[in-house]
Amino acid sequence: MPIIVENLSYTYMKGSPFERAALRNINLKIDDGEYVGIIGHTGSGKSTLVQHFNGLLKPTSGRVVVNGMDTMSKNLRDLRRIVGIVFQYPEHQLFEETVYKDIAFGPLKMGLDEKETDTRVKEAISKVGLGEELLNKLPFELSGGQKRRVAIAGVLAMKPEILVLDEPIAGLDPGGRDELLGFITNLHKSMRVTVILVSHRMEDIARHTKRVIVMNRGMIEMDGKPAEVFRDVERLEEIGLSAPQITYLMRKLKAVMPEIRDDIYTVEEAKKEISKYIGHLL
Amino acid sequence: MIKDITLGQYIPGDSVLHRADPRTKMLSIVLYTAVVLTVNSYMGYTLVLLFTLLAVRISGIPFKYTLKGLKPVLFIAVFTAVINIFFTGGGTLLFQYAFIRISYEGLGATLRMIFRLSTLVIGASLLTFTTTPIRLTDGIENLMAPLKRIGVPIHEMAMMMTIALRFIPTLLEETEKIIKAQAARGADFDTGNFIKRAKSYMPVLIPLFVSAFRRADELAVAMEARCYRGGVGRTRLRQLEITRLDYGLAAVVLFFAAVIWLLEASAL
Repeated sequence: MPIIVENLSYTYMKGSPFERAALRNINLKIDDGEYVGIIGHTGSGKSTLVQHFNGLLKPTSGRVVVNGMDTMSKNLRDLRRIVGIVFQYPEHQLFEETVYKDIAFGPLKMGLDEKETDTRVKEAISKVGLGEELLNKLPFELSGGQKRRVAIAGVLAMKPEILVLDEPIAGLDPGGRDELLGFITNLHKSMRVTVILVSHRMEDIARHTKRVIVMNRGMIEMDGKPAEVFRDVERLEEIGLSAPQITYLMRKLKAVMPEIRDDIYTVEEAKKEISKYIGHLL
Repeated sequence: MIKDITLGQYIPGDSVLHRADPRTKMLSIVLYTAVVLTVNSYMGYTLVLLFTLLAVRISGIPFKYTLKGLKPVLFIAVFTAVINIFFTGGGTLLFQYAFIRISYEGLGATLRMIFRLSTLVIGASLLTFTTTPIRLTDGIENLMAPLKRIGVPIHEMAMMMTIALRFIPTLLEETEKIIKAQAARGADFDTGNFIKRAKSYMPVLIPLFVSAFRRADELAVAMEARCYRGGVGRTRLRQLEITRLDYGLAAVVLFFAAVIWLLEASAL
């Protein structure tokens, strides 16, 4: 079942001198099994928007309905199980004595028995590419990248149908970044999980997602396929964003080789296009 | 919940009160407190109230926001009210039912108490509303400087205060973030008895402590990297400066105190 957002507005610290409209009249529908990227400048309302999907924030006006459940309702347990959110720097929320216990926190809170929890913990840790030998370690002994994976495993163990990741790759090295996004994409493909990826890095959004939502000053500025969104480089730059670097390269190439395509957003596509062009020259 | 705490928050502005030197403001508050605690006639109360409202007006802080700061006072006010009403012995009887006995004096004492508490909190809030934490601690350090001679580590204390104040919003933000993250994993903070609820905060407290220590560590390294070595020989980017504005403000406050005390003295 999809996420439906209707006329959603949200104001921070309403009624104080610090009052600030974070979201203004957002209308949005995300279908099952979509892979959506949300991009936007700092303070554009990306994080505020995704926190509405599981009722962590309640609309100031308008409504958010997920799987037919209104997030304004009192009982959010089911909603929280369906929508898993991985926050920025999720490794900062680890608290248990062992990795195992930390991953098991969510499933146990859902009311699963120990056997089912055990299966899920082991499944989750392997999904994020870590070995079971880590399960008995103290989370604080792990490396930064491992901690992040453990934290994400904690959310995956709840088997969410909708997975929201807020800047999951911030602070990771290039290797860790590709690996992490790789297994998220895998998850999306193999389990048909709806993935909503909030990121600053246009390259990653272009490479992994199938739909891009651009946020600007609390509103949706653009919404479409990556190719459609990244084509309009000028508009993106106007709101402080950019197209993937490879797109800029292709545009420069086009200036000297008019036959080459410049509506290209990933390195793979660029490689193909350039080889084709060279082949055609030979 | 967390956002309701208004005391200690700075609200940017450009009023006379914002521009005044923190030392002037602090000494004014001390005098103001003395006045509020000694005033004892209806005329005096009215004047204090008018003076307080005028100060709020001048500061440009929305009146409603100032009142929000009184919420925590409400509890203390109700509590003392109950004690005062029931336990002020003697006096003219107003109302009696079984052991409940409300006297004219008891009611009066209660109202005075609430009045004093509220005006004090509003006055103190105005100080923090119009003064950045940095300037506030600079002012304190400066006022306390004479104590250095008898070996009180004033600079270190002021530095600790600055750091503590600086990190209040950061830690609040962090707390809120962790609460959200754990709530997203199904943590439940509102049900069960007291012990169960206290326990449910462990997933918040542990990461919070870990991050507080991490921040402290990083801050210490950052300070060392910039050659911080205590207060000796340290100069400041922003010097405190007493201007004509401060003389004016001090004169107004002194005048106010003098009027009230003369009034009180003549009433005796």
